[in-house]
Amino acid sequence: MVPITTLHYLVVAAALFVLGVIGVLTRRNVVIVLMSIELILNAVNLNLVAFSRMWGNLHGQLFAIFIVVDAAAEAAVGLGILIAFFRNRETINVDEIDLLKW
Amino acid sequence: MFFLNHIWLIPLFPAFGAAMMFFFGRRLQKATVNAVCVGAVVFAFLFACFTVVEYTHFAHGTGHPFEKIVYTWLGSGDAHLSFLKKDGTTAQFNADAGFLLDPLSSIWLLFVTGVGMLIHIYSVGYMAHEGGYYRFFGYMNLFMFSMLTLILANNYMLLFVGWEGVGLCSYLLIGFYFHRKSASDAANKAFIVNRIGDAGFILGALTLSWYLGSFRFTDINTLARSGHFAIGDPVLTAAALLLFVGACGKSAQLPLYVWLPDAMEGPTPVSALIHAATMVTAGVYMVARSNAVFVLAPTAMKTVAIIGALTAVFAASIGLVQNDIKRVLAYSTVSQLGYMFLALGVGAFAAGVFHVFTHAFFKALLFLGSGSVIHAMSGEQDMRNMGNLRGRIPTTFKTMFIATLAIAGIPPLAGFFSKDEILWQAWRSADGGFPYLWLIGFGTALMTAFYMARLIFLTFYGQPRMSHEVEHHIHESPKSMTGPLVVLAICSVCAGWLGVPASLGGTNAFGKFLEPVFAREVAASVAPAEPQEPAGEEHRGLEWTLMLLSVGAAVVGGGWAYGHYANAGKDYPEPIAVKAPPLYTVLYNKWFVDEAYDYAFTGRRKIGKIRLGAMGAGEASSWFDAKIIDGAVNDVGWVTRAVATLSTWWDKWIIDGVGVNGPAILARMISYPARLFEWGLVQWYALVMVAGLLGFGVYYVWK
Repeated sequence: MVPITTLHYLVVAAALFVLGVIGVLTRRNVVIVLMSIELILNAVNLNLVAFSRMWGNLHGQLFAIFIVVDAAAEAAVGLGILIAFFRNRETINVDEIDLLKW
Repeated sequence: MFFLNHIWLIPLFPAFGAAMMFFFGRRLQKATVNAVCVGAVVFAFLFACFTVVEYTHFAHGTGHPFEKIVYTWLGSGDAHLSFLKKDGTTAQFNADAGFLLDPLSSIWLLFVTGVGMLIHIYSVGYMAHEGGYYRFFGYMNLFMFSMLTLILANNYMLLFVGWEGVGLCSYLLIGFYFHRKSASDAANKAFIVNRIGDAGFILGALTLSWYLGSFRFTDINTLARSGHFAIGDPVLTAAALLLFVGACGKSAQLPLYVWLPDAMEGPTPVSALIHAATMVTAGVYMVARSNAVFVLAPTAMKTVAIIGALTAVFAASIGLVQNDIKRVLAYSTVSQLGYMFLALGVGAFAAGVFHVFTHAFFKALLFLGSGSVIHAMSGEQDMRNMGNLRGRIPTTFKTMFIATLAIAGIPPLAGFFSKDEILWQAWRSADGGFPYLWLIGFGTALMTAFYMARLIFLTFYGQPRMSHEVEHHIHESPKSMTGPLVVLAICSVCAGWLGVPASLGGTNAFGKFLEPVFAREVAASVAPAEPQEPAGEEHRGLEWTLMLLSVGAAVVGGGWAYGHYANAGKDYPEPIAVKAPPLYTVLYNKWFVDEAYDYAFTGRRKIGKIRLGAMGAGEASSWFDAKIIDGAVNDVGWVTRAVATLSTWWDKWIIDGVGVNGPAILARMISYPARLFEWGLVQWYALVMVAGLLGFGVYYVWK
C-alpha cells in the first residue's frame, strides 16, 4: 500500500482546481459558475489542510476554516445579487450580463 | 384795546367751526351745525364790529394802521436768511403771523363778516334739504377763516395763505355737488385758472420783497413812499404787473375770467358769498393794498385800467343774452369787477374800494334772490321757463328789484354813487386817453341796466312760461332766507350814502375814511394824472353832466329791456337775435372764448391735425416719451439682444464646442483602442486571466 503523501493531496487539489476553472470558463449559468468557484476554493482548502498535515501544525487548518466561512458569505452575496439581477433581466446567463461594457 | 389786541381771534372763530365740522360734523344734528357754524360767523361779525369801533378810537381819524404780531412765522434774525438790498443794507427774511388793521382792512372786515353772516343764515334755509349739510357749513367756515386771514394779514406771505385758502374753498364749494360732472369740471377749471394767477401773485410778491427787503405792507409802503424809487422803476413795474396777474386770476379779469361763470355750478349761497361779494374782490383788495407800489408803476396802472374797462364791457356784452339766471349774474359780477379795476387803474383807489363795498351788498342780494327764485322754481335756472313771479314770491321780487335799481345806478341807491364816482374819476384822472375809458364804462352802464332789467322782466313779469307742476310748487322762501334778503336790500339802498360826493352836497365820508391809506403816496407821487386842484364850479357842472348821462343810460337801458321783455310770452323774441343774428350767436356763445382756450391752451380741440395747449403738450411729450425715450430704451435693448445673440453663439460653439467638448472628443478618440479590450463578457475576462496565469506558469517552468 503506497502511503498517502502530500503530493497525492496536491494532485487531487490540482484536479479539483482545473475542474473548477473549466466550469467557470465554460458554463453560462451563473449558479453553476458560482458552484465552480466553490470547487476552486475547496481545492485551495485541500492544499492548506495538506500542508497543515505536512508541517504538523494547525495554521493551515485555521486558514481553511476562514475560507469556508468566506465561501459561505460569498455564496450568499452572489446568490442575492443573482436574484436581484434575475428580477431585472429575467436571465442569469453570464454572456448576457454585459452592462459594464462601454 | 381788548378787541384790537385780540384781533387774531376773528379768523379763529370760523376756523373753530370748520374744525368742529371736520372732526365731528358727521355725527352732529343740523341744529348743532347751525349753532356752531352760523354762531362762529356771528361771533366773528360782532367781534369785528367792536374791533373796528375800537380802531377808530385808536386811530383818531389819522388812519394810522394798527399792527399786532402774534409770532414770527417764517424766517428769523438768522444771518443766512438775510439778503443784501440794493442800497447796501441787509434785510431779514421775516414773515410774521401778524395782523394789520387800517381803514382799508376795516372796510373789508366789516362787509366780509357782515355779508358772510347773512349768507350763512340764508344757507340754513337754502341748504335745509341738501345732503352734506355739515360739509357745506364746514367749507363755508373754512372760507371765512381764509378770507379773514387774507384781509387781516400784515404781510404778503400770510396774505398768500389766505389767498390760497379761499381758492381751495372756492374749489371745494364749486364742486360741492361733486357727483355732477359739470360741477367737478367747473371746480377744476376754477382751481387751475386761479393757479395761473396765483403763480403771478407769488412771483410778484417775492420780487417786491426781494427788491424792498420786507414782506410787510407797512414797510413796503413806507419804502415805496420814501422817494428812493423812481416812477416807472422797471422792477417795481414788473412786480406790480405780476401782482396784477394774481388779481386777474382771483378777481376774474380778462383773460382769466373764464372760471367765474362756470363757478355757478356751486350752491347759490356760495355764488353769493364767494363768487360775488367777497373772494373775487380779493384781487381788488390786494391791488389797493399795494397801491404805493402801483403808483410807482404807471405802466401797470394803465394796464389795470385798460384790462378793467375791457373786462367790464366784454362781460356785460355776454350778459346781455344769457338765459341762465345765475350766469347773467356771474357775467355781471365779472363786469362790475372790471369797473373796480378801472377805478384802481386810474388811481381812484377809494372809488374802487367803495364800489367793492356797495357791490358786495347788491350783488350778494341778487344772488341770494336768484337762489330764492331757483328754490321757488324747484331748481329751474333758465329764465326762458320763468315769468310772472312777482306776485308769487313778493319779498324776493321786491328785494331783487331794489338790487337791480342799485346795480343799474339809479339814484339814490348804492350803485349810483360808487359807479358814478368811478366814471367821474375815469374821466377826470385823464391825461388824454382816459375819456375813452369813461366811454367804455358808460357803455357798460347802459348794458348793465339792460341785462339786469331783462333779468327782472323775464323772471318776474310777462307771462308764466314754466311747466304746470313747477308752477304748482312756487312758494316764497322761509324766513331764514327772506330775512337776509331784506337786510341786504336795506344795505343796498343805504350803503351809498356813506360816499355821497361833494358835488351833491355830501362829504364822501367813505373816501375820507380811506384817505390815509391812499392819500400819502398821491402827495409823494408827481404823477400828472392826479391834479391837486379843488373841484371847481366848471368841474361840478361836468360831473353833474356825466351823472345825468349815466342815469340816463340806466333809464334807457332799462326802458329798452322793458319794451322787449315786459310782456314776454312763450317763444318771446330776443331783440339782438332779431336785429343782428351773427352778433347774437357770438354773444350767446360768450365770444367763443372757451372754444378759443380749448384750441389754444387746453388742447381739447384740434386745429386741423395739430393739437396745441396742455393736451397738445401732453401729446407731444407722450410722443417724445414713446418715440425718443422709449425708442432709446428699445434701441439699447436691441443692442443688448444682438450682443447676447452673439455671445450665445460664442458660448455654444467656441466655449462649449471647442473649449469643453473639444478635449472630450479628443479623449474619446484617443481612448478608442483601450475600449476595444472591454467587450463585457465576464468569462472572457476569466479566460484571459487563466491564460495569463498559464503563460506565467509555463514561463517559469521552462525558463
